Amino acid sequence: MELKTPLYEEHVKAGGRIVDFAGWSLPVQYQTGIIKEHMAVRTSCGLFDVSHMGELHLHAAAGASGTPAQDSLNHLLANDYTGMEDGQSRYSPMCNEQGGVVDDLIVYRKSSEDYLIVVNAANKDKDFEWMRAHLLPGARIEDVSADWAQLALQGPKAEEILRRLTDADNIPEAYYTVKFDRTVAGIPAIIARTGYTGEDGFELYVAPAEAPKLWETLLETGKGDGLIPCGLGARDTLRLEAGMPLYGHEMNDEISPLEARLGIFVKMDKPEFIGKEALVSRGTPAVLRAGLVVTGRGIVRENEPVFSGDVTVGRTTSGTKGPFVNKPIAMALLGREYTEPGTKLEVEVRGRRIPVEVVKLPFYKRKK
Amino acid sequence: MAEFPKELKYSRSHEWVKDNSDGTYLIGLTDFAQQELSDLVFVGLPEIGDPLEAGEAFANVESVKAASDVYSPLTGEVAEINEELMDAPEKINQDPYGAWLVKAENVTGSEDLLDSAKYEKLTEEEKAKES
Repeated sequence: MELKTPLYEEHVKAGGRIVDFAGWSLPVQYQTGIIKEHMAVRTSCGLFDVSHMGELHLHAAAGASGTPAQDSLNHLLANDYTGMEDGQSRYSPMCNEQGGVVDDLIVYRKSSEDYLIVVNAANKDKDFEWMRAHLLPGARIEDVSADWAQLALQGPKAEEILRRLTDADNIPEAYYTVKFDRTVAGIPAIIARTGYTGEDGFELYVAPAEAPKLWETLLETGKGDGLIPCGLGARDTLRLEAGMPLYGHEMNDEISPLEARLGIFVKMDKPEFIGKEALVSRGTPAVLRAGLVVTGRGIVRENEPVFSGDVTVGRTTSGTKGPFVNKPIAMALLGREYTEPGTKLEVEVRGRRIPVEVVKLPFYKRKK
Repeated sequence: MAEFPKELKYSRSHEWVKDNSDGTYLIGLTDFAQQELSDLVFVGLPEIGDPLEAGEAFANVESVKAASDVYSPLTGEVAEINEELMDAPEKINQDPYGAWLVKAENVTGSEDLLDSAKYEKLTEEEKAKES
């Protein structure tokens, strides 16, 4: 199966190097290359096509009493969705009964019983089935992924560029807030101040048919500021520098959100949520996600064994050379006692041991 | 478009060889290879005196996304390595035919190397396969 986003032709025209990602044909990079794309997002602005992401619509059934949609979120997700205001968004891991992670996702609140949930492309069908099967009575969920294209405008210049195409009132003021039913360049849009790069920025949801026009208009509007299109490669290096976990790497059906160090999104004081009991009985995590910086020569990738002397103490989960921090970095799941910053370890890469040091995450944090 | 200097010989695994006419040869990665690999961020080189075996990996290069082996077009010995690349792997992207990886000596054999026209044809075939 090969899926194409509504921007596929734009990517080909712009010289995008198309690869398969979770069944989607998407550019891993454009002709400028991953490093320049990465630096554009850190210093100016980058535009990403993230239309492959899944969107689910959760709401109360017509005539339902109480707050079944909000209650369902609190049942399904580890974070707490009580007391949110309209126009807020909240990230959460979604656990299975064993305390592993089904997916991690963002919930945008339109009203107390009306939510847009954005999930990873590779997990979309699994998430939809899981959520539908575990909804509380009176709640409804639909897969509305086909109704939405998603463009991510990310970087310190993002607000300035977006401002030229929409009223100030349409721009969410705070990070992790959202405005529904707005327009950008005259195109109906949901404007969310969220992202996956460690920078300020926006995620714009529009009808697929409008996506090419918005894509072209944004690039034209931001050209003088250094805005360039960016591919999946830069998306991955940016999130890694920002210490953000990626499903299938730092977490999966078996790794718990506590092991992945997402504890602040896991509200153990909630009366219940799927996976809570398992997390309680799993106890203090024996392994934890940690950041590694290479102190020797070489680059560490994912799924490579980590050693302390002769003892295997874990495996890497992601790794690359961080273009902005300008050093090889990696994340790993390590035995808890080896996760103290400053701990000196080695990673075996194709038979060769490369010295690394545990550091505090993230590798990069933007100046506010 | 990739460049294919006429004075060089090429391997099917995208290395170039330059005959220095003094018994030594320079080996590097082709323009086509560097474009395919994209931004290089690491080069692992052998040591002086290491044997080179035609068709066998002797170095590795890493881009932001992936690691790749570099295969020797010649059988011989490493006379020199281009140490400059260890701190500046991007030189391979900027100047693939200037940024040699190793200088080989005591060369006793080679792979079946291609001239620039035949190599260019090979890269066109590979491109066609991709799309």
